Amino acid sequence: MEFINIGIRSIFVENMIFAYFLGMCSYLAVSKNVKTAMGLGLAVIFVLGLTAPINYLIHEYVLREGALKWAVGDKLAASIDLSFLNFIVFIAVIAAFVQLTEMIVEKVSPSLYGALGIFLPLIAVNCSILGGALFMLGKPFGLAEATVYGFTSGIGWLIAVIALAAIREKLKYSDVPKPLRGLGITFILVGLMSLGFLSFMGFSL
Amino acid sequence: MKFLRDIIDKQKPKFTKGGKLEKLHTAFDAFETFLFTPNTTTPAKGAVHVRDAIDLKRLMVTVILAMTPALLYGMWNVGHQHAIATGQVMTFLEKFLMGLEVTLPIIVVSYVVGLGIEFYFATKRGHAVNEGYLVTGMLIPLIMPPTIPLWQVAVATAFAVIIAKEVFGGTGMNILNIALTARAFLYFAYPSDIAGSKVWTYTGGEATVDGFSGATALAVAAENSTALKEAEAGFSNASVGNALEQAGTQLGQADFYSFTNMFMGAIPGSIGETSTLMCLLGAAILIGTGVGSWKIIASAFGGAYLMGLVFNAFAGNAFAAMPAHYHLVMGGIAFGIVFMATDPVSASQTETGKWIYGFLIGALTVLIRVFNPAYPEGIMLAVLLMNVLAPLIDYYVVDANKKRRLKRVKQTAPVEQTPSVVTA
Repeated sequence: MEFINIGIRSIFVENMIFAYFLGMCSYLAVSKNVKTAMGLGLAVIFVLGLTAPINYLIHEYVLREGALKWAVGDKLAASIDLSFLNFIVFIAVIAAFVQLTEMIVEKVSPSLYGALGIFLPLIAVNCSILGGALFMLGKPFGLAEATVYGFTSGIGWLIAVIALAAIREKLKYSDVPKPLRGLGITFILVGLMSLGFLSFMGFSL
Repeated sequence: MKFLRDIIDKQKPKFTKGGKLEKLHTAFDAFETFLFTPNTTTPAKGAVHVRDAIDLKRLMVTVILAMTPALLYGMWNVGHQHAIATGQVMTFLEKFLMGLEVTLPIIVVSYVVGLGIEFYFATKRGHAVNEGYLVTGMLIPLIMPPTIPLWQVAVATAFAVIIAKEVFGGTGMNILNIALTARAFLYFAYPSDIAGSKVWTYTGGEATVDGFSGATALAVAAENSTALKEAEAGFSNASVGNALEQAGTQLGQADFYSFTNMFMGAIPGSIGETSTLMCLLGAAILIGTGVGSWKIIASAFGGAYLMGLVFNAFAGNAFAAMPAHYHLVMGGIAFGIVFMATDPVSASQTETGKWIYGFLIGALTVLIRVFNPAYPEGIMLAVLLMNVLAPLIDYYVVDANKKRRLKRVKQTAPVEQTPSVVTA
């Protein structure tokens, strides 16, 4: 029940796109068709789902104040607080995993690799992934919860990006005023979509 | 009608190419075709691909016709609620006239603002004025509380028509339902004028009777549920029913929130939404003429009922334990399903997609009602959310269809024989 609750919260209520507006650059750039969007969405799930628990462990056993007591003993550990390294270490872990994802995608599906282009390595600086790691710290999570949180946040991002991609495919036939074509209408569209997602705001299970 | 035809014929040269008012020809065209059947339609004979005499204009007029029962009933109900709230005795006609007095300005504002924008865009961009707004302009007043300030109606209409419709290219191109966008805009921008218990009854500044709260049935149910949760009291299946009965008794009418009365619609709420009966009448017109999809309507009601039953089985709070059929008559669910969810533009286009789309609207509505204390009513946001997801549903339905057919082709196609190597 606890896990379902976390899942529903991070997919719908605290959706990375519609509630926090994180990861917007690749969201807007790679949502031109559903297939590519699906590919990037899966990559985000993969990276977010694996880096969240790893970052959690690193924070819990290395960086947190007093975390090093397994290595140096209680007394010394209490005086060590490495949490100022959070950002750098998290990003390093994320970048490593993105590199791994890139290699896998290139091997498995060269066409997807070509379609995603620069946005695949750019997952490393996708705000939703670092955001996921940082939000996680503010919550009373254990390792299992952190993993569920990472995966479901990624699923939320995936749903948002394929929904937008499906609409944009439909939008090709629309007679959008010239100045708004392309990104202009997409921004308006995302605003309207988050209006729909407001239905989950304040949800309590 | 002859003199009208004469006037139009006389003015026509000014609007044709090379005329003085050439730029306004779309506006002229709109008026002309509104009054008279144009002679430029596809001919009935000779065009074999035309199977039906209906066009966009007739389609929209049918929807307006279907909305009329709800509108007339809503007008009467505004007066009726006024009479109950102030403890006056009013005749049928007095109630109706009071409702007319309240409703008509809202309708006029909605039409004037919306059509004004529509004509401006049509003229500026040179496309024909479409009739889509005739329906939207009628839907907007029907989903507003009777006490809504007129300027808010104007602002919301302008927002919805420009942002949700015209920037996407006008009629038939919008992603979200336009009327609901207008309502959602007001809901989040000016919540105090469109939510709570004070806005649903037009009092006209007169004192209300003792025990009058003005709460909608959903608000009573939700408040009771939260109150019970806070008190940590045990609940029984009848507790929401009890609360509803109590709220009615306070008003001096024990059966005020009874199932029958909620079905008939003599309860507080937005102007057109209260009567489930009138909405079903509208649904009959829409389905009978083939304008609205029966699949969406049926699956949405089914989804709401099923979700209600599921909540009954795992009752988490008193609201969840409420009998499932109550969900179908409370609040605006019937109106939303019949007139909003069936909007052919923003709904799913594929037949399988329509079942999924409708079902999720119904289920989400009940889910939001029961689990989201922030919103007493869920149908507005459920429809908007499904509008967002409808293209995705369509995409996967079409995709699955493609895959199925490809598979069939592969199965039935004769196995290609690999040419055997001819050896000399």
